[in-house]
Amino acid sequence: MALLEVEGLTIYFHSRNGVVKAVDDVSFSVDAGETLAIVGESGSGKSVTCYSLLDLLPKPPAKIEAGTALFDGIDLLSCDAAQMRRFRSNDIAMIFQDPMTSLNPFISIGEQLIEPLIYNEDKSRRQSRSDARLRAIELLDEVGITDAEQRFDCFPHEFSGGMRQRVMIAMALINEPRLLICDEPTTALDVTIQAQILALIKTLQQKRDVAVIFISHDLGVVAGIADKVMVMCEGTVREANDVESIFYRTEDDYTKKLLAAIPEGAKVMANRAHSEHPEKSEKPIIQVHNIKTYFRDYSKTPAGHIKAVDGVSLEIQRGEILGLVGESGSGKSTLGRSILQLAPITAGSVLFHGTELNKLSAAKLVPWRRKMQMIFQDPYASLNPRMTVYQTLAEPLLYHGLANAKNIDQQVQQLIDDVGLARSNMRKYPHEFSGGQRQRIAIGRAIATKPELIIADEPVSALDVTIQAQILDLILNLVEKHNLTMMFISHDLSVVRYISDRVVVMNKGVVIETGNTEALWANPQQQYTRELLAAIPLADPRSERLRSANP
Amino acid sequence: MDQISLQQEKGTSLWKDAWIKLSKNYLALFGLGILALLCIVSILTPWIAPYGYEEQNLMLGATAPSLEHWLGTDIFGRDMLTRIMYGGRVSLTVGFIATAVALIIGVLWGAIAGFVGGRVDAVMMRIVDIMYALPFMIFIVLLMVVFGRNILLLFLAIGAVEWLTMARIVRSQVMSLRKQEFVEAAHSLGLSQWTIIRRHIIPNTLGPVIVYTTLTIPSVMLLEAFLSFLGLGIQPPQSSWGLLINYGVETMEEYPWLLIFPGVTLSLTLFALNFLGDGLRDALDPRTSKD
Repeated sequence: MALLEVEGLTIYFHSRNGVVKAVDDVSFSVDAGETLAIVGESGSGKSVTCYSLLDLLPKPPAKIEAGTALFDGIDLLSCDAAQMRRFRSNDIAMIFQDPMTSLNPFISIGEQLIEPLIYNEDKSRRQSRSDARLRAIELLDEVGITDAEQRFDCFPHEFSGGMRQRVMIAMALINEPRLLICDEPTTALDVTIQAQILALIKTLQQKRDVAVIFISHDLGVVAGIADKVMVMCEGTVREANDVESIFYRTEDDYTKKLLAAIPEGAKVMANRAHSEHPEKSEKPIIQVHNIKTYFRDYSKTPAGHIKAVDGVSLEIQRGEILGLVGESGSGKSTLGRSILQLAPITAGSVLFHGTELNKLSAAKLVPWRRKMQMIFQDPYASLNPRMTVYQTLAEPLLYHGLANAKNIDQQVQQLIDDVGLARSNMRKYPHEFSGGQRQRIAIGRAIATKPELIIADEPVSALDVTIQAQILDLILNLVEKHNLTMMFISHDLSVVRYISDRVVVMNKGVVIETGNTEALWANPQQQYTRELLAAIPLADPRSERLRSANP
Repeated sequence: MDQISLQQEKGTSLWKDAWIKLSKNYLALFGLGILALLCIVSILTPWIAPYGYEEQNLMLGATAPSLEHWLGTDIFGRDMLTRIMYGGRVSLTVGFIATAVALIIGVLWGAIAGFVGGRVDAVMMRIVDIMYALPFMIFIVLLMVVFGRNILLLFLAIGAVEWLTMARIVRSQVMSLRKQEFVEAAHSLGLSQWTIIRRHIIPNTLGPVIVYTTLTIPSVMLLEAFLSFLGLGIQPPQSSWGLLINYGVETMEEYPWLLIFPGVTLSLTLFALNFLGDGLRDALDPRTSKD
């Protein structure tokens, strides 16, 4: 009998608008030393399934309608609160998605880490503070935090995202759980950090023989780590099988769609039409000369500077898509904002059609703003929640006098058609849309003023893979149709490879390497670029295994 | 056909939508109805009041409610219903005008300080701090001494004090809003600062502003009573709800109706305001469901 056996799990959400079948007759099992990956898009019920095991669902609205989840022969779904606390503290641990918010900012790392030891539900398993401290330091060391002893008293804000996730993992492991549930533990992290965290989870699992449930929306991530994969869609299990069967022999259409949606930079040639490349003789649309953007850093005394962008020069040719990649903190977003004059630059110049934008006053800049637009990362934050789609799209048109009261309706309709939304959505507010649809609205707003240059800052990072593919294709279409020039900022190298003609790699505020996309992938010149490329998870279990065998 | 549906699709704004939602919220409508009724009665008081507001009948003295005097009379034999009606004129005017003054100054001040930030913010908020630090009573007494006693001045004085908190609330809201991507998107569209404040910032601060406003109106009414009690506000024989309640408290044991009726009127107004305020807050937030 397996460690965890879930049978016929059915969870409904009862709301005013009716019943939502979040999880519908789901069964699976995990054994010690085994990794089950649950893959699905947002809303597929993968998180709800796992949260129900630890009784973490808000009830109501959630209600478990049927099913059992036998952990070591005891049903998790029907045990009482005291029993559940014992399971939580000793047997089942969970790692959450966002390491930035899952640690308490007011308590030191060490104190949070030893909490489960000194306040254990089981009195017999409680440890003294000094023992717990030793154990915690040992564990911090094991998850790869150097100087664990000194770091013990640090607070979460002194740690980077990757380090915090390591602390979370240590916290989850401190009571030697037999089942570890990881809810998208690497989604919020950079590729290089993601690779490290995945490797860490895998080693720890093999060493301790724990069962792991790994939730992810990205099939590519789980290829290297999973033994079994369960694909979920709209609350039901589409397919469950061992990892090789899923990746190489799947018959299921939905799984195929998920596999196809991975922007497989590693396999497929970029689909941009390279043949009609812009003539080099033409003057570049944007010339950036040695710009520096510094922010005041008040955490130091005397106040110092954070050099977000530290001397970058680049040019963007008309009609090209320039990819800008780098890890978080590399200054890539600041560079984009500096070019658009949304962040004041400290030194250097930005020339748009030969006009030096950074010398213009705010009023003189207005006609230029019309010609350059931005698409933002988070479609939940980039739309005014109190404006309807119609108002959001009409605002730039009316403000810049591109439409008048007579033809505004028709122009807004045109925009809505352009970005692939139904016209019936016009009077809805942003919260009524999914992430992908919101990003379409944001794209519509960006192209409303008929700009020549668009800077897209991680436009697909917050979206599911299949939606990601749709939005990327929409962007490519619009670039062709409206003859746009684009700077595409992303931390996701596969996405950048899929969409860009040319790539700029940034790190710590400076450009590391520039090159045509395929040339750069085939033959990276710099060590940093090589490391970045090597960290991309391959959506292919066999090559992942090879890679981990000979690092 | 397409044209018709389009009209329906776009013929909407935050305010129209809010009205549609509000008109389905019966509790809020009830509140609105009560307030409207009180206002109409107050406006028409000189014509419909059963007695004159200074008509005394010392022989009669304080009497319990009767057919002649529905709500009884006070110790000078003045009709309570009449006095409450006249008092409503003062209280409602003070409540609404002083709050409106506080609302307009506070929201603009807070929005500008929070949005522009930097030195402007520092200077503007230090001014608020200084105003906070000034003892309120001294401020009012000074105003009265310099400009003489005047009911309009009373409105302004109260408004000038109440906007401080409003400015702080709005500023903190705006500080978090201006870092949001949709505000940055508005910048990159080239909208002017003022347009951004008006269209993107202020509508998103409405929730806390409305709640605070509904709390300000009653506190302003009581403040007026306090000032009048000290002889700085309106003077007898004029009356206001706050004053009536103050006098009612003194004679509560012998003549309870002198406290009960003005008290009930004020409470009813506050209930109505709260229902309306809650309804407005929900109605102005598109995220609450439409049906």
